[in-house]
Amino acid sequence: MTGVVARGGARVPVTVVDYGAGNLVSIEQALVTAGADVRRAATVAEIGQPALLVVPGVGASAPAMDRLRAGGFVPAILDWIAADRPFLGICLGLQLLFEASDEDGAATLGVLRGHTVRLDGAPTLPHIGWNQVERRFDHPAFAGIAARADFYFVHSYAGAPADDEVVLAETEHGMRFTAAVARGNLLGVQFHPERSGTDGLRLVANVVRSAADAA
Amino acid sequence: MLRRRVIPCLDVANGRVVKGTRFVDLRDEGDPPELAERYAREGADEIVYLDITAAPEGRGTLLDIVERTARRAFIPLTVGGGVRSVDDMRDVLRAGADKVSLNTRAVEDPDLVRRCAARFGSQAVVVAIDARRVPASEAVPSGFEVVVRGGREPVGLDALAWARRVVELGAGELLVTSIDRDGTGSGFDTEQLRAISGLVTVPVIASGGAAGPKDFIAAVRDGGADAVLAAGIFHRREWTIAEVKAAMAAAGLPVRILPGGTEAA
Repeated sequence: MTGVVARGGARVPVTVVDYGAGNLVSIEQALVTAGADVRRAATVAEIGQPALLVVPGVGASAPAMDRLRAGGFVPAILDWIAADRPFLGICLGLQLLFEASDEDGAATLGVLRGHTVRLDGAPTLPHIGWNQVERRFDHPAFAGIAARADFYFVHSYAGAPADDEVVLAETEHGMRFTAAVARGNLLGVQFHPERSGTDGLRLVANVVRSAADAA
Repeated sequence: MLRRRVIPCLDVANGRVVKGTRFVDLRDEGDPPELAERYAREGADEIVYLDITAAPEGRGTLLDIVERTARRAFIPLTVGGGVRSVDDMRDVLRAGADKVSLNTRAVEDPDLVRRCAARFGSQAVVVAIDARRVPASEAVPSGFEVVVRGGREPVGLDALAWARRVVELGAGELLVTSIDRDGTGSGFDTEQLRAISGLVTVPVIASGGAAGPKDFIAAVRDGGADAVLAAGIFHRREWTIAEVKAAMAAAGLPVRILPGGTEAA
């Protein structure tokens, strides 16, 4: 597959935040395939000094925020993003960046203005399966990936940014919703690159490489 | 636009694929992860493992193959069979599965669907409904009756009422198998599919009866299925995933076509 050897042959240190949100095997393996040295952090003390911080996750916002708080992660994540250090949020890890979730009313991290909304215009919910991701602008994360490439989604809610300029990509499922956001070294994707075959692995590799370059 | 999915299903017992396959270039055609990776390369949109291991001590073996699969096939993985509790589901997800499919156990304990969805989210909970045609009755007004234990045991439950109930309880997807058609190669029961897909808003996966691409097209067009699952026709190499998807695309259905997905098996 699309393995990347980082600069100088050294593996890129990446930390995945483990807050009990299901399958971490896939994202860890995708990162390893991309040339990362992956560490799993169950508490804030275990984050270490990575080049890239990854917050994955599926499920509801309120219990996820509870678990992030219990692990002491919230201030660390806020400081990390405020310093514009490389960050990847996947699915729930993207939704938590907004101010609040309509799903359960949870106050979330508030890194991005806007909130998480239900896909009420969708013909089927949850939105499960492969769908086209339409980029609004070029971004290094999508280097080498065809326009409107398919990625795998599994969700019923999506972030609705108040600031239009952070919208990197959109997807259509009875309605248009935000499929990816980008701001500086922050990237959030609603789809699961770790479950999106070759293009997904390429995106993960691009993100790891960008993080190594930014370090 | 959301793609219609094509999903190969592997029956697994004691960590091995049960029914033989005819991939000629596999080192070990009984090894589920190797087969799953092969199907992923050919364009499968998702993989389903149906664990039919009888003995509970076989569970550790299943978790091992789930993890090995997650490490080499970067597409979604659903595991059905043998999940009897929230803790069982947690173990399967932590091993690297994305979804768990509940069948007989959900009929015995419907609240398990709710507990699993509350803990892991509806998107991770598939309820498998095996149904057969019977004369309409008071208990089964639609004439589609739920059967359990691999299709052997009728439970006097209407498949439509059951579908509605499990979605209310939190199922995020339904895997609907026609026991009448399963293994017959006589095509999907599109009437049964349509009755259920018209009733719920969650995605419906069609299963049972595929003989060729025209059946996949009918399951989507006539049955309203969001995804189509098959086993034998792929394992016996009667059709490849890529051939089925090419036919679906030619019929105007949205499918994900891989640039290299048309390679010969």
